[in-house]
Amino acid sequence: MKVHFFHLMPYRFLPDDFREKYRSVWVDVPSELFDPVKGHQLYNENLDELEYADALGFDGICVNEHHQNAYGLMPSPNLMAAALARRTKNAAIVVLGNSIALYNPPTRVAEELAMLDCLSGGRLVAGFPVGTSMDTNFCYGAVPATLREKYQEAHDLIMQSWTRPEVFSFNGKYTQLRYVNVWPRPIQQPHPPIWIPGGGSIETWEWVTRMDYMYCYLSYFGHQRGLATMNGYWEEVDRLGKEPNPYRAGFLQFIAVSETDAQAERDYAEHAEYFYNRCLHVGAGFADAPGYRTMRTVKAGFRTQFRNPTGGAFSGELKWKDFVENGYILAGSPESVRQQLEEAAKALRVGHMMVLLQFGSMPPELVRKNTELFAREVLPHVRGLWSEYEDHWWIKPLPQEDRVEPQPATPTGVPAGGSS
Amino acid sequence: MESRSISLRDGMFKAHMLQGGSGDPLLFLHGTDGLREGAYLDQLAEHFTVYAPWHPGFGPSEGDEHIDDIIDLALYYHDLMDALGLESAHVVGHSMGGMLAAELAALCSHRVRRLVLANSVGLWRDDDPVLDFFTLAPKQLAPYEWHDPESEAMQEAYPTPEGGEAMAEMMFERMRALASATKYLWPIPDRGLKRRIHRITSPTLIVWGESDRLVPPSYAEDFRSRIRDAQVVILPECGHMPMFEKRDDFVALVTEFLTKQS
Repeated sequence: MKVHFFHLMPYRFLPDDFREKYRSVWVDVPSELFDPVKGHQLYNENLDELEYADALGFDGICVNEHHQNAYGLMPSPNLMAAALARRTKNAAIVVLGNSIALYNPPTRVAEELAMLDCLSGGRLVAGFPVGTSMDTNFCYGAVPATLREKYQEAHDLIMQSWTRPEVFSFNGKYTQLRYVNVWPRPIQQPHPPIWIPGGGSIETWEWVTRMDYMYCYLSYFGHQRGLATMNGYWEEVDRLGKEPNPYRAGFLQFIAVSETDAQAERDYAEHAEYFYNRCLHVGAGFADAPGYRTMRTVKAGFRTQFRNPTGGAFSGELKWKDFVENGYILAGSPESVRQQLEEAAKALRVGHMMVLLQFGSMPPELVRKNTELFAREVLPHVRGLWSEYEDHWWIKPLPQEDRVEPQPATPTGVPAGGSS
Repeated sequence: MESRSISLRDGMFKAHMLQGGSGDPLLFLHGTDGLREGAYLDQLAEHFTVYAPWHPGFGPSEGDEHIDDIIDLALYYHDLMDALGLESAHVVGHSMGGMLAAELAALCSHRVRRLVLANSVGLWRDDDPVLDFFTLAPKQLAPYEWHDPESEAMQEAYPTPEGGEAMAEMMFERMRALASATKYLWPIPDRGLKRRIHRITSPTLIVWGESDRLVPPSYAEDFRSRIRDAQVVILPECGHMPMFEKRDDFVALVTEFLTKQS
């Protein structure tokens, strides 16, 4: 199994009365709550944390895309990936953003991802989410009824722009280009691995399987609640007669490791509560625009995870016990987490486990502790899982000897010029 | 009123409608949540031959995957009028149906004998925006939509379904209708009618409920000032649904206006 370090880059300084005072963490979250000086601090801390994960041997480091959102400070994941490409060496740079229906023309995404693949020496994983309803419909004004068609067209254009060697014309409904000719081109040929974060539409299962892409579910509610979605996907893989290779599936899981189970609660409870009770405080009207989910998905009873099962907005005041008992967070001693993670990975049949070791208001010292304990005490024990399968959804970086290292920007002793 | 289905363009569309009455043809175009059946249709049918279709993607009508925007929809209605053998008709549009009726008339005014726009969307004012009703559940929407959200008129327009299954079916239909409406109204219900509205030559009646907080009555004057031959009637103690909340007044006004000799 491959294990990736995922970061949401949450704003850690929402006020204690956030739930009571404001209607949503997303879309219309008041701008006065954002302090740019704290933003400076957070971006640098968060990039440090991702770089640290590379140094500790995680297989991949993941960034994603959200807009007008106080728990995800990455409107452009590509910017973060660019920063990471320079200061990391081995980890795959997994960009699970680029909601491709939102970019006009979508070749901009093809260009930027090709840049990242060159910059990183072929370490890019290209993720193409549709994007949440909040991001796409409410923040970026995409028409719900046509969002998925627009996404499909953007996908076709991007893939053609990477794989067709000639200059070509593209006469789409949403994008028309006379000369498609993406420069630069990705190192990985014919293209970087494509991962599709899903959850909003059951039709995605069939499409991803037919395209032989990797499907991942970025769940905030753990493996127990994610099981129905993943089972639906695996049934589709089976129906279409594809190999049930675990590496064609990914999953996001919150994890909190400490010395003991009791210490885990002391370390992480307040930060988990911050995430579930403040960061997931999404205004009810924003959770699911009419038409965002396909009618088949609605009929099948699959809801967005931003609404609770009874249909209202996700409403919390959840406590540590809820997170742990329901598997939202795999928490406890290394031994306990190891066991829980292995069980979850087997139940979901997931070859790409994305772990969230920073969540909510967790400060850098604690992120470091969680990351180190996980990397040292858990990661080596779960790596062997699924070793009988080949991962066809993985990066093909340049051999080490062909990579170029960033050079220090220190003076080399050459005289600055002028007379001697 | 009787149900009727017509196949258009070799089966690309199935247009389902209620039809009834006799007299001059009257095409009634519904708003965002589909055709709300009610006594107003029967009363209008006492004076006119009423055609009240569901738009494609609403109720039993099919084919909205072939429609991209409000102009496509307006041209679809020209096709439907052809199929019904109507060279021209009176057109009454409510809410989103008003936007559609105005587009229909702007594209081909001679096919619209007289035009009635009731609490119509289609224009936009930054200083008095149309409510973002897509974000509101029916219960939350009611105070914006009705002068009196407790009235019997509300029950007539939105009868409470009996049983869980009927309720689920109603919620599903509502979501499907609103999803289709996003093609014309999301994120801002302005698709450029202001560039075409000057072409409307049909005599036009603009009716508005004074208490409409969904599409505020300030828009009545916006429509009036842009249409050559238009008059406004504001109905007091009435919200966004005048054909229910002030049914008799609404039917009388419309009937009088449509039967006027020009």
